[in-house]
Amino acid sequence: MIEVEQLSKSYGPREAIKNLSFQIEKGEVVGFLGPNGAGKSTTMNILSCIMPASSGSVKICGFDVFEQALEIRKIIGYLPETPPLYSDMVVYDYLAFAARLRHVPLKNTQSAVEKVIEKCSLKEASDRIIGRLSKGYQQRVGIAQAMVHNPDILILDEPTIGLDPIQIIEIRKLIQELALSHTIILSSHILPEITQICKRVIIISDGQIAAVDSLDALTTRLRKGERLVLNVRRNNSEILEKLRALKKVNAVTEHQPANYTIDCEPNADIQDEIAQLSLNNQWGIVELKPVSMTLEDIFLKLTLEESEVP
Amino acid sequence: MKNIWIIAKKDLGSFFSSPVFYSLTSVFLILNGFIFFNILNFFSLQSFQAQQMRGGGMGLNLNEMVIEPSFHNMAVILLLIIPLVTMRSFAEEKKSKTFALLLSSPIHLIEIIVGKFLACMIVIGLMILLSSYSTGYLMLVGNPEMGPVITGYLGILLMTGCYVSMGLFASSLTDNQIIAAVISFGLALFMWIIGWGAQASGSGLGQLLEYLSLITHLEHFLKGLISSSDLVYYLSFILFGLFLTYRVLESSRWR
Repeated sequence: MIEVEQLSKSYGPREAIKNLSFQIEKGEVVGFLGPNGAGKSTTMNILSCIMPASSGSVKICGFDVFEQALEIRKIIGYLPETPPLYSDMVVYDYLAFAARLRHVPLKNTQSAVEKVIEKCSLKEASDRIIGRLSKGYQQRVGIAQAMVHNPDILILDEPTIGLDPIQIIEIRKLIQELALSHTIILSSHILPEITQICKRVIIISDGQIAAVDSLDALTTRLRKGERLVLNVRRNNSEILEKLRALKKVNAVTEHQPANYTIDCEPNADIQDEIAQLSLNNQWGIVELKPVSMTLEDIFLKLTLEESEVP
Repeated sequence: MKNIWIIAKKDLGSFFSSPVFYSLTSVFLILNGFIFFNILNFFSLQSFQAQQMRGGGMGLNLNEMVIEPSFHNMAVILLLIIPLVTMRSFAEEKKSKTFALLLSSPIHLIEIIVGKFLACMIVIGLMILLSSYSTGYLMLVGNPEMGPVITGYLGILLMTGCYVSMGLFASSLTDNQIIAAVISFGLALFMWIIGWGAQASGSGLGQLLEYLSLITHLEHFLKGLISSSDLVYYLSFILFGLFLTYRVLESSRWR
């Protein structure tokens, strides 16, 4: 549905994104992940035909973003980083204006607006002036604006930025509902959000794609080492030494007394050895389990590794 | 065409819901009314004196002595007012990031520009309409010639169009409304007085400068004359301003 090839954009001498290529299928929910200034917003601006790329091509449903921008704009809904709200307008009028801008026929405008007001739970705010609404409501009006014409593709740039935790949960729920019937591209630097909503992640760092994969695949791929947690009943100082002496163990750290984290090489499979060791020395094993790394770790790792490459 | 009206209607809505429109209209009407009163007062004094001296107020022309100077003064007040009407058009959209909404919608940039032009023209047209009570009053008490009145209003409207297109251009350059107002005021005043350069320059260039001046072309309209040269001047002026606006907005997307 969306094909991006060798996309680059530079602002003067500064290259915001370099040779991005990826594809997004119909019905997918894809997360753009990257630190601030990685090029997420630039990419989204290009996808929504607001800004032309310096080079490369983007095709959405077979339409070229540069040549056939008007066609594409009919089928996308875009929520920029700052929601494009007229602070002096009433919510209902604003949404009706957005619907008319996106070619919703006059006779369907009312039902379209009422539908998004319902979906985004804006009912009690619909006759209020946008400038007086709380940030959470404004963000919801922003999302409502993007979907008022029922577009096939929703592009949401940091939809939960600046919201309080309850509002974040609400918006997340809304996006999950929308995901059932729309193709959604979502950017964020908040990781739990991506893990909860997206099936596939595109990680951008320094304007380049660091990884494109499903979350599971990313987790396995990036688990270059394995980590075990060991809990014992009887603590003594020799444990640390004996663990470190084991083959394939990279590092051992003691967090609390009798609680150790063991970093070992990938596929080391040393649980048996540790258990044997514990039996022989009567440490009294309480817990021994592998930990999978969270996306946070992956994210940190990715961006850190990217910057280490000369 | 439908898209143009959608944009214009939205802008009109924000004009009428903001105090800016009401304060500008009040100032415009008060200044206009005060000037009209004084011109009329002067005229009645003159005709009274003429009557006493010659025993008949012949030779004093209502069109020449009241309506024409009123239009002139209105053109000056509009010069001050219009930059304040047009300044928000693009500057505010850019400042509050709402321009992204328009740009990501399936409408052409030209439609956005023309829609905003139309909205400003309607707002100022409404101001002029409200001030036309003065002409109505003259028709009630006197007997002015209607031709120059109608062409006068046409000339004023065309001149307004020029101011507005310059104002939109200025507004497209910046996201700061004050800068937009200052630039468009400067541009409009300069285009008004550009003919003054005619004396200093040679005859060829002088004629050109004279022709470029906004006010030279208004004179003909106020005298009741519609010449194609003036119409072409005003219309191409407006189109050129809108074209520049288009170029600025289009190129700013690349940066």
